[in-house]
Amino acid sequence: MKLITAVVKPHRLDEVKTALQELGVNGMTVTEASGYGRQHGHTEVYRGAEYRVDLVPKIRMEVLVEDADAEAVLDAVVRAARTGKIGDGKVWAVPVETVVRVRTGERGPDAL
Amino acid sequence: MTPVTLASAGLDTGDTAWLLAATALVLLMTPGLALFYGGMVRTKSVLNMLMMSFVSIALVTVVWLVAGYSLAFGDDAFAGLIGGLGHAGMVGIGPDDLTGSVPTLLFTTFQLTFAILTAALISGAIADRMKFAAWLVLVPVWTLLVYVPVAHWVWGPGGWIKDSLGALDFAGGLVVEITCGASGLALALVIGPRIGFKKDAMRPHNLPMVMLGAGLLWFGWLGFNGGSALGANGLAAASVLNTLVAGCTGLLGWLFVEQRRDGHPTTFGAASGVVAGLVAITPACGTVGVLGAAVVGLAAGVVCSYAVAWKFRFDYDDSLDVVGVHFVGGVVGTLLIGLFATSTMTGGTDGLFYGGGAGQLARQTGAVLAVAAYTFLMTYGIGKVIDRMMGVRASEEEELTGLDQTVHAESAYDHGGLGHATAQTPGHSVLRLQDRSTAP
Repeated sequence: MKLITAVVKPHRLDEVKTALQELGVNGMTVTEASGYGRQHGHTEVYRGAEYRVDLVPKIRMEVLVEDADAEAVLDAVVRAARTGKIGDGKVWAVPVETVVRVRTGERGPDAL
Repeated sequence: MTPVTLASAGLDTGDTAWLLAATALVLLMTPGLALFYGGMVRTKSVLNMLMMSFVSIALVTVVWLVAGYSLAFGDDAFAGLIGGLGHAGMVGIGPDDLTGSVPTLLFTTFQLTFAILTAALISGAIADRMKFAAWLVLVPVWTLLVYVPVAHWVWGPGGWIKDSLGALDFAGGLVVEITCGASGLALALVIGPRIGFKKDAMRPHNLPMVMLGAGLLWFGWLGFNGGSALGANGLAAASVLNTLVAGCTGLLGWLFVEQRRDGHPTTFGAASGVVAGLVAITPACGTVGVLGAAVVGLAAGVVCSYAVAWKFRFDYDDSLDVVGVHFVGGVVGTLLIGLFATSTMTGGTDGLFYGGGAGQLARQTGAVLAVAAYTFLMTYGIGKVIDRMMGVRASEEEELTGLDQTVHAESAYDHGGLGHATAQTPGHSVLRLQDRSTAP
């Protein structure tokens, strides 16, 4: 199993969610996040003064999938989240040792 | 505003009714200001901001009745500088005493609401970082040593700015706006900048609250300026219309600058523009015509929208722009009287643009310099003394955590959070209650 984590622009959330649902992904966890990447945020002008905004609002999505589905899910997230502009975010996958469904106690892929 | 102390003139019920209403309108401006300021600060100190305005109502009222009114509006005691203590504790003033055509007790109360608002206005300059106890000491002392003398000079019987200099201030450009602005600057310098000033944007946390506050201020300002006619008459009507117009042109001027300079017309800019226009028309609403009022408001909207950025260039953390809006707007309005005053409003004085020469402009300039210098230096001194005695600044930990939790043991927005029912305020935590119950 793999844990796929995506950090994307907030306004792409619906597109990414829809793309994953179309792939048959069964669940996800979404949190509001802040962060920066290579550009270290951006500057903005407010009330005549310029500020450096280093932590930019993002959405962090976490999805557990079977190994065989990981590539397809990664590709789907990238396609749905991409705007082509700076700050589109990142997606990564890491191996997961165990998953347990709390209600039934099922383990492994059955718990997904 | 020129109070006429003629007890023989009869009471006018129309005048009295309007001033009663106007007094209520002006009182509402201070809670309105609390919301206006409260929305501008960060989430962690909004309650502290509201509290500074609310306690000003209580503190200034007590001080005003004990001695403030008598020193400001009692018979002149010394060279047009200060009134006597003959009415300290409101001694000798009963329901039958009149000031002009209204009861003196009503005139006193109307004036009190101005003193309250002026004190509360200063709090914007030192938001998020002042020791609350120091504010409780500052407000009464400041009211007696700064507000009261200036009110006497400009409006009191025999006051030197009114009678000797001949400068005009209908509703408080000098007494309220320049006084609070210069005092705010002095206090901001004494207390130093917020941690993170010029680095973090420190955006307003609740702009709808700022807009609501600006709306209440605008509403109350009709009583502030219209009531300053001290009667239900044409001058009051003209002042109300001028006040409305200047708020509108102030808003438009500010938004115009913002759109050109920053690329966005902000709600914060709209609220600030309204207030800048209202500030500037305050001294002038009873001395200029409608066209003059429109120019005064527009000028303030444009000038103040640039002035709020000066704090970054000159390194003073006037957190909520008391200097940029109230001081600068007050100066704009007070000086423009010298250009736009019309004898149809003032009963004799014309400004430069109405054929009256530059004399009035010179008198207005003199009054601005005198009031700005006095209020700045006095407030700076008072601030330094209080700092020496008890410290004016909250600790670094209190400031970073937020004054709401550290001073008031409350938080403005408790949404439950973890487990959906857990109070997030440490001061109210269950653990703390248990600790108390088991304490020896």
